[in-house]
Amino acid sequence: MFELTALDLARVQFGFTVSFHIIFPTITIGLASYLAVLEGLWLWKKDSVYRDLYLFWSQIFAVNFAMGVVSGLVMAYQFGTNWSYFSTFAGGITGPLLTYEVLTAFFLEAGFLGVMLFGWNKVGPSLHFFATVMVAIGTLISATWILASNSWMQTPQGFEIIDGRVVPVDWLKVIFNPSFPYRLAHTSIAAFLATALFVGAAGAWHLLRGRATPAVRAMLSMAMWMILIVAPIQIAVGDAHGLNTLEHQPAKIAAMEGHWRNEPGQGVPLILFGWPDMAAGTTRYVIEIPRLASLILTHDLDGQFPGLMDFPAQDRPNATIVFWSFRVMVGLGLLMLLLGFRGLWLRWRERLYDDRTFLRFTTMMGPSGTIAILAGWFTTEVGRQPWVIYGAMRTEHAVSNHSALALSATLLIFVVMYASVFGTGIGYMLKLVAKGPQEGLGVENMPNHGQPPHAARPLPADPDNIRPAIR
Amino acid sequence: MGIDLPLLWTFVLTFGLMMYVVMDGFDLGIGILFPFVRDRSERDTMVNTVAPVWDGNETWLVLGGAALLAAFPLTYSVLLSALYLPLVAMLAGLIWRGAAFEFRFKADEAHKPFWDKAFAWGSYIATFSQGIALGAYINGFEVRDGAYAGGLLDWLTPFGLFTGLGLLIAYALLGATWLVMKTEGPLQRRMRALARPVAIALLGAITIVSLWTPYAHAEVAARWFSLPNFIFFAPVPMLVLATTCTLLKTLGDDRDVAPFLLTLLLLFLGYTGLIISLWPNIIPPAVSIWDAAAPAQSMGFALAGALFIIPCTLAYTAWSYYVFRGKVRTGEGYH
Ligand code: HDD
Ligand code: HEM
Ligand code: HEM
Repeated sequence: MFELTALDLARVQFGFTVSFHIIFPTITIGLASYLAVLEGLWLWKKDSVYRDLYLFWSQIFAVNFAMGVVSGLVMAYQFGTNWSYFSTFAGGITGPLLTYEVLTAFFLEAGFLGVMLFGWNKVGPSLHFFATVMVAIGTLISATWILASNSWMQTPQGFEIIDGRVVPVDWLKVIFNPSFPYRLAHTSIAAFLATALFVGAAGAWHLLRGRATPAVRAMLSMAMWMILIVAPIQIAVGDAHGLNTLEHQPAKIAAMEGHWRNEPGQGVPLILFGWPDMAAGTTRYVIEIPRLASLILTHDLDGQFPGLMDFPAQDRPNATIVFWSFRVMVGLGLLMLLLGFRGLWLRWRERLYDDRTFLRFTTMMGPSGTIAILAGWFTTEVGRQPWVIYGAMRTEHAVSNHSALALSATLLIFVVMYASVFGTGIGYMLKLVAKGPQEGLGVENMPNHGQPPHAARPLPADPDNIRPAIR
Repeated sequence: MGIDLPLLWTFVLTFGLMMYVVMDGFDLGIGILFPFVRDRSERDTMVNTVAPVWDGNETWLVLGGAALLAAFPLTYSVLLSALYLPLVAMLAGLIWRGAAFEFRFKADEAHKPFWDKAFAWGSYIATFSQGIALGAYINGFEVRDGAYAGGLLDWLTPFGLFTGLGLLIAYALLGATWLVMKTEGPLQRRMRALARPVAIALLGAITIVSLWTPYAHAEVAARWFSLPNFIFFAPVPMLVLATTCTLLKTLGDDRDVAPFLLTLLLLFLGYTGLIISLWPNIIPPAVSIWDAAAPAQSMGFALAGALFIIPCTLAYTAWSYYVFRGKVRTGEGYH
């Protein structure tokens, strides 16, 4: 039977649109900070390599940002169109958080973006730098609020239910709910990591084609430092995140581990691979390491933690999906670690820019950050099921009263449109990447929008005129 | 405590929506005017006048959604599920248009005309859907047990289609007068000429909506035509007429900035008329702003931020407009 109910369709629609959305914000968050660093380095060291890189990446940033904005717009409305009972029930908490996000983050990003992208000849260098920094800060504030909202739905606290709806009683508890710090750290680091992998892949790709310009080398080098430092931190944070989840959402951890039942007095093995079978209530074809899961999650070789059988069948998340999405994320995380160390080794041997196997590996790892992020979110969100607000509201009670027909029609619109618009946009981004940074490119020649929207002042003939006048 | 939170929030929301209509209105208007301008470099100029600010303009729409969810969750749920299809259409239009902003500069020569079309079509669809939503809103929604109880297509009425058309005209006028202010030469002359018939059409549309609404809704008529309300409201139609005449005159007088400001005034007047017709309902015809309000703890928390932060937002938005002040010249520096 392949009969999707209105609930299934609403979930598919939300999952589809948010999965597309998250691709862009992660790159926006990472690139905005990268651009701020590049501009800072340029102002400080006055090395034109940094300016070339800034101009190069800011064009890609512009395309990515536009797609982030329009796909985000859909998300802000979908809570009402698809999950109207959820909005009536929990709007008193998610609404103010989203409002703060708009007020403190979206306006900040949008307000300074114009100056950042088009203001080169309109404001002085330090004001321009200020605009870039504001955009970067805006993206991080945005992540903070939306993750507070999502984390509250995962581990809700600080509220009462009065007259059938959520009433906040302690805003600090609502915002600083138990999973928020972990999720904020893990997701922000993921954004930096994903961007570093993307930037590094761009550098490696150009090096493989023999374009070893200073800008391309700088790009690869900066990315490799970032990955080296951040990948291990991400794994440590992920581990702590998991321990926290065990405390607050044990069913999710059981699903991630494919762990069904405890044997008396025995530690839980770490299942490397297997196929959790929801109907049979067991994990098939397992390859496992005895007692390792106990050690990781309880720090005791004989420790036990709840298995899926400890929860009524209707309260179990889909372990088949969660088990595998979790392994995709962790597997990619380990590959990133490997990449970071390999880069360090080659740097030490002074072959970072020449080792073709390494450069191919780096190129292939380009999308791995984005894939790991999607896998991570699938783990988190599917693992939360069947709750939309953990322990307080079930997903089936959240959905609007639309017919399956209406939802199928709109889903079709979204799929076709996202594939064509965002597919094309990603294509344009990759084409810009393939062009590569241009050396000594003056701002006035930016291939961006043809021109800074209006050049009220005559453009400097000498490209170096726009160099900062600091000395 | 004496602070009427729902009332304060209604002010904030009305202000936010007004900001949206004005600001995204002129950049949607530019897309609406695309079919009337064939020359590619002139089209580039039109887009360049808003390129640095359009994202901020659209953010007011996001604020509208978020603040509605924060302050009136019931309204958010009912409106958004009742207007499901027009809103999906609006989002689709905004996606095509927003993407086209960037893509039409990045695409290969061969694809550029396609993205120009996407830009225009997206603007038309987004505006028309917003207008339909407005019409449906005036018509009211069926609410039962705290949820929308009407059908999927209830928004599809002759009145809704007419308000859709009306909003297209309004945004076109905003776009045209914006371009009169921001451009010069042949493009500016074209816009000046175009703005006149559009202004007259808008006056017609406002008149028809103002007559149609009380005609179709007895309770609105009662509000307008009872004393003393009638005496207070009577100046609104007069002012609309006077503003339109002045607008037409300034267009003829080669003034650059006045037509845009007068268009803003015109829309503001239309907007007040709308508020008068609906007050104090937030889900017409029967749910008032007090019935739909969020818990006081939610409204208060969000309001504190809104009142403190919106002035800052306005300040740096104004700064950004100031940075990009002055005329945008056609073809200048274009490679
Ligand atoms: C980790 C960060 C993160 C996450 C989980 C989400 N977003 Fe997002 N969002 C951003 C980070 C971000 C951003 C970095 O701030 C964006 C991306 C590109 C941009 O322009 O801003 C953005 C844009 C963006 C916009 C357009 C803002 C504008 O007009 O400038 C809206 C309305 C939303 N988002 C709403 C949502 C909703 C309702 C989400 C939940 C389902 C969501 N986002 C998940
Ligand atoms: C941005 C990264 C995110 C991704 C990739 C993601 C992914 C998903 C997926 C795949 C589902 C469907 C799960 C299922 O039905 O089995 C879902 C559901 C949902 N998510 Fe997320 N999510 C993200 C962020 C968020 C955030 C930040 C929020 C809230 C602020 C949120 C709120 C919801 C809601 C309301 C649902 C619908 C109810 C449900 O089906 O669980 N999500 N998400
Ligand atoms: C390799 C070690 C890693 C471990 C042990 C780990 C652990 C976890 C856990 C336990 C969760 C689920 C938390 C919950 O739902 O309660 C999670 C979610 C997530 N992971 Fe990882 N992770 C690792 C690597 C990565 C990498 C490399 C990335 C991306 C570059 C990533 C991105 C995410 C994202 C975006 C989420 C969803 C948001 C969240 O709940 O924080 N993770 N991770």
